[in-house]
Amino acid sequence: MSPSTVLAGATAHPLAAGGAGEHRTLIITLFSVFVAITLGITVWAGRQTKDATDFYAGGRSFTGFQNGLAISGDYMSAASFLGIAGAISLFGYDGFLYSIGFLVAWLVALLLVAEPLRNSGRFTMADVLAYRLKQRPVRTAAGTSTIVVSIFYLLAQMVGAGALVALLLGATGEGSRRWIIVLVGLVMVLYVTIGGMKGTTWVQIVKAVLLIAGTLLITVLVLNKFHWNLSTLLGRAAEESGKGRAFLEPGLQYGKDGTSKLNFISLGLALVLGTAGLPHILIRFYTVPTARAARKSVNWAIGIIGAFYLMTIALGFGAAALVGPKAITASNESGNTAAPLLAQEVGGGAGSTGGAILLAVISAVAFATILAVVAGLTLASSASFAHDLWANVIRKGRTSEKEEILTAKCAAVVIGAISIALGIFAHRLNAAALVALAFAVAASANLPTILYSLFWKRFTTRGALWSIYGGLISSVTLVIISPVVSGNPKALFPGLSFDYFPLGNPGLVSIPLGFLLGWAGSLLSKEAPDEQKYAELEVRALTGYGAH
Amino acid sequence: MDSEEAVGTTPSTAEGPDEPVRPAIPAQPGSFTDMQTSTEFGELRRAHRSFAFPLTLAFVSWYLLYVLLSNYAGSFMDTIVVGNINIALVFGLAQFLTTFLIAWWYAKHAEARIDPKAEALKARMEAGE
Repeated sequence: MSPSTVLAGATAHPLAAGGAGEHRTLIITLFSVFVAITLGITVWAGRQTKDATDFYAGGRSFTGFQNGLAISGDYMSAASFLGIAGAISLFGYDGFLYSIGFLVAWLVALLLVAEPLRNSGRFTMADVLAYRLKQRPVRTAAGTSTIVVSIFYLLAQMVGAGALVALLLGATGEGSRRWIIVLVGLVMVLYVTIGGMKGTTWVQIVKAVLLIAGTLLITVLVLNKFHWNLSTLLGRAAEESGKGRAFLEPGLQYGKDGTSKLNFISLGLALVLGTAGLPHILIRFYTVPTARAARKSVNWAIGIIGAFYLMTIALGFGAAALVGPKAITASNESGNTAAPLLAQEVGGGAGSTGGAILLAVISAVAFATILAVVAGLTLASSASFAHDLWANVIRKGRTSEKEEILTAKCAAVVIGAISIALGIFAHRLNAAALVALAFAVAASANLPTILYSLFWKRFTTRGALWSIYGGLISSVTLVIISPVVSGNPKALFPGLSFDYFPLGNPGLVSIPLGFLLGWAGSLLSKEAPDEQKYAELEVRALTGYGAH
Repeated sequence: MDSEEAVGTTPSTAEGPDEPVRPAIPAQPGSFTDMQTSTEFGELRRAHRSFAFPLTLAFVSWYLLYVLLSNYAGSFMDTIVVGNINIALVFGLAQFLTTFLIAWWYAKHAEARIDPKAEALKARMEAGE
């Protein structure tokens, strides 16, 4: 394999902070245009938002295709775009697991969750659980886990945003990095408070189209450099990686020893079972009028997301081949900037006009991606706070719709502030690895309860509480005592060392635990399962009778 | 979990929080149980479960097989198929293909076997039978 002749001029340059002037202006312009257009849409959507169904569920007025695009927009986050490209460019084949797991996971949502959830719920994930179980304790638990999962996910997006800013502004940009994270936080709060679900959905749709178009452009340019020969691209990536053929084989990141292999299984399990428990994804099913439309939207999403993840092969291996791991890690230790660096390279390299333009375009797309996803997360968590915790637990159902929506808007401001604070903090971690933690928490705390509620006659409130709190506490605790948080230079707190749990992802322990606790709690309940309520839930979930 | 106690065991009407999720339904309290135990509903349930459950088991196993092979069958996965394309990559791409196929297959199945049954039962309940 010697495709080097093709690539004579394609040596990588780390992005010098000094020569960043021209593309900086361009990025700011493009990004401002995106923000202006989407804020315009948001204001327009806000004018049409009158009641709670508009605010939480976009008036249930979206079509299957529109919602499919919006789901894709919500799902393809900084983790998918920046994180996966980075993971593949540094660890080769092992990074590709993310793409596969993130996609296959959609089948759980399609076959088991989307339609019954749409038929039986109203605004939040907890609506379905509260149906046959005791409302207040179950809503408290589900609301708590919704907010925890969303904050993990938000953290990953903010890490991506931070990495981008550092790339574009260089080491001198520490102050600017903070300001841009504050700006991202502010805009996302505006989207949610002004536009509600309708505005947020349109932002997702615009962003999904931009992201697919941007990724397609880079993919075409990369494959074109290799005469549309995947094998040549892979060969060149292996060569440039310095790892040889091992770069294309499983095991580079996770094959070192027994523990890292277990970590790979843990990650794989969290990815495939997490999606159907992600609150910001689940509430998207409420934006369409029927269960049939919910199914159609998932099918569209699988097509769009699948196509996108196929292109991550070109992005990741392309970055390894054309930019090279040295330049990538010099820019960001976890590879989060591999995709924009690749864009610059295929545009003509650092210093060229084409390179500057493509870098600007892809960076603006990445910012748009982050902004849209954080808006979706903020909406999901503030909706759950207002609808589950405030209206139904604290105020015991004695709120007006107006008060509930106002509470949601206030919650969005608070969650925005939390994510800004977190974003300023963390920047050494890989965005995809961080999101995988959100998946693990969702799969441990949310998925068992959702599945048991929908399909198991003997499920009880105690089962739900044991499962949600058990899954939540075990997964979060295991993350805190994992190598992600302390004990090594790449950790959140590199100076400290309390990494007692060896796996970077808790799924292997906490997911089975969540399922087990739900089962055991139900069997050990003093109360008998409410068969009449289950009959009502099952009939409504399957037939769509009485659906909102 | 102490919040469980806070609510008490018998939800009374005075508590109120039940209202937001359960709208007024014309059906009698027992009618959901009647519907749930009816033959037609049994068929609808079977049409969904007998398709979705085995298929879920199948694709999760197929996916875990891929994860386990990547971990513990390195030399098999490293086998070259053509050029620089090895079995591991083919396996990964096959996961994409099976995901697309299962999604398409379920949509076909649901339209033919689930939707008509669900709609018939829904109409029957709305008619207040």
